[in-house]
Amino acid sequence: MSPVTVFGLWGAAAVGLGLYGMIVHPHPLRKILAFNVLGSGVFLLFGVVARRGAAAGFGGDPVPQALVITGLVVAFAATALAVVLLLRLFQEAGSATLGDDAPARPNTETTPV
Amino acid sequence: MPDPTPGLDAVTAGGFLLVLSLVVPVAGVLVAVAAGGRRVERIALLTMPLGLGIAVAVAAALLRTGAPLVYRLGGWAPPLGVALRADALSAVMMVTAAVVIGAVGVFARAEFRTPAGVDETRAPFAFWILLLAIWGALNTVFLSGDLFTLYVALELLTFAAVPLVSLDGRPETLRAALRYLLFALLGSVLYLTGAALLYGAYGTLDIVLLSQRIRVDPATLAAAALMTVGLLAKTALVPLHLWLPPAHAGAPAPASAVLSALVVKGSFFIVVRLWFDVMPGLPGPAAAQLLGALGAVAILFGSVLALRQERLKLMVAYSTLAQLGYLFLMFPLAVDPASGHVVRGDALTAGMVQAVSHATAKAAMFLAAGAIYAALGHDRLAGLGGAARALPVPVLAFVLGGIALTGVPPSGASVAKKLLLDAAATTGQWWWAAVLQAGGFFTTGYVLLVLAHALSPAREPVAVRAAGSRVGHAAALGLSLCSLLLGFGTLGPLPRSALSNPFAPGELWSTALLVAGGALLAIGLGRRLPLGWSGAIVDGARRVATPVGAACERADGVLRQWPVACVSLLALVVAFGGLMCAAAPSPAPSPSAMRARTYGKNGFDSMRSDELGLTASAPSSPRAASVPSWMPASSAGSGARP
Repeated sequence: MSPVTVFGLWGAAAVGLGLYGMIVHPHPLRKILAFNVLGSGVFLLFGVVARRGAAAGFGGDPVPQALVITGLVVAFAATALAVVLLLRLFQEAGSATLGDDAPARPNTETTPV
Repeated sequence: MPDPTPGLDAVTAGGFLLVLSLVVPVAGVLVAVAAGGRRVERIALLTMPLGLGIAVAVAAALLRTGAPLVYRLGGWAPPLGVALRADALSAVMMVTAAVVIGAVGVFARAEFRTPAGVDETRAPFAFWILLLAIWGALNTVFLSGDLFTLYVALELLTFAAVPLVSLDGRPETLRAALRYLLFALLGSVLYLTGAALLYGAYGTLDIVLLSQRIRVDPATLAAAALMTVGLLAKTALVPLHLWLPPAHAGAPAPASAVLSALVVKGSFFIVVRLWFDVMPGLPGPAAAQLLGALGAVAILFGSVLALRQERLKLMVAYSTLAQLGYLFLMFPLAVDPASGHVVRGDALTAGMVQAVSHATAKAAMFLAAGAIYAALGHDRLAGLGGAARALPVPVLAFVLGGIALTGVPPSGASVAKKLLLDAAATTGQWWWAAVLQAGGFFTTGYVLLVLAHALSPAREPVAVRAAGSRVGHAAALGLSLCSLLLGFGTLGPLPRSALSNPFAPGELWSTALLVAGGALLAIGLGRRLPLGWSGAIVDGARRVATPVGAACERADGVLRQWPVACVSLLALVVAFGGLMCAAAPSPAPSPSAMRARTYGKNGFDSMRSDELGLTASAPSSPRAASVPSWMPASSAGSGARP
């Protein structure tokens, strides 16, 4: 099994774990963590793609690496924003659930401004 | 951008305008953050006319030259560099965004004013900066010539939009914002995965280069399905709409207006880019039918739910859900029956007219709903009695915006509807025509419901808390007039035949029919009717329609649960992937695709080393260098199948 295949399989496993976590865990913090696992899986996929450059005699294709770095920054910003919202929600409401478990009644769930 | 004529390697004359249109809002954000305090509002309001001017200049330059404007960042040619490109679609959306943001800015001055005697308050500070940030992100979406830049722009758009939802900091809105963010992130991860697969297969994410290289193989089809569905999640197409109603109804009115009018159009715009520009030959008729079917479900489902709402802002939010469905009806109608390719034509024009028309009308409706809320202290439909007398301008703006959406000439929606109906007739897809007609009845229904409540006599004297600013109300009215008069675009670039005379007997008949059908739907489905509406027809209609409405509400409750929405998301990926695979001509990879995937020495090596500038001849002719030698010359231009 070549290293590229191993990386690809790990990426797929991380994507699967992350997806599972995002769907199943009701708590937002776990969803945020699951998103990070999912994102890491996709970044590994970019890493696999970067190995293409090896065919041209390079150690790796630099473009996907640049994309991954940008993607990491984006994922970091997303995580930070989500955590800030979550903290604020906890401060305001005293709990941090998204309230998905109870079927949402469209007319009572929100009171518009 | 299918014709890359000089586009790929030359900066066109108006190219610097594209840079300016990104730089101006972003510079506005930076200066506003640095200046702080009450200067933020002034900076934002100064930026708006400037940005509008640039957008108009881009559109004028396009009309003058007739070719896309191109700018290469740093002088680097794709695939290593990143290009900005503006075609007609970009220009139309940029002008729309500038107009809507300008009107929202004028309206928001009353709501987001820093009070006298205070240096800086949190909500206005955040609002003005986020408004400019959304604008910058939208312009990036409209101008990017590269799928990864589009990803970053999409994320910037989401990050600027999410805090707008929770600007007032109440737990409900924070919850809505968090749900919006998490679901949007799931969508963008799907998009990013698709981008990774495409880069892996083609070595570039530039739209023009990809459109020349794209071929049918499993990785590309998977990428197309992942990206499409990821974008649908961000556009909140039913059944991926769990985040939209609470987010759009809970945000402050000016924020809702921007979210509903523009932010969801950002991801829609990328779907258009993807299907029409990157891979026109790939999705095939079956996947287009599925996309259209989702749109049709959104129209009917969203409209029924809009009629069932008791609050004005929730009604407008669900109406957005329905109107987003119209945008996706163009995809099946844009498929050329002979070749199975998605082609640019009248259907695309109709979709873009609908997008512009909905953007202006919906912004007007949200602003008007906000003005009504601010004045009455609530937005319950049942309590709107006497509102038309007390607040004539906001109610007029709301109703005109609604009428524009129903598709009565000369509104933009009527032009879109006419073009789509014509396309349905020529391609023999009568079922989309049926959906279009039915949607018109529902839209008329909820506009009539609001109008009836607002015109009914007040139960108790209407106490207007705050009169609101006249200029702000005028801005809302102006936006709804924009949408209502958009049909006169047929005097300019739109097809002349698309506008019919609103006073011709046929049109009058269909308008009368629309009003009668809409009234029946409003009576049947509306939860609260104005006082004095009773009788045999009312009872009969309610007996038939109420179970339907209740069933739709139950379905909405189920679909909007997080796990259900996530599973729908994955199921849609599988469905789109499967349909695209089924439409692909040969299931077994053709010899050229096989060679391409193994990156034979001739293909990959020569391509990459040329792109990286390692061979002497590289920079002079990027077109020749970037197209792999294994690519047959005949199929290079049209995204053809092997």
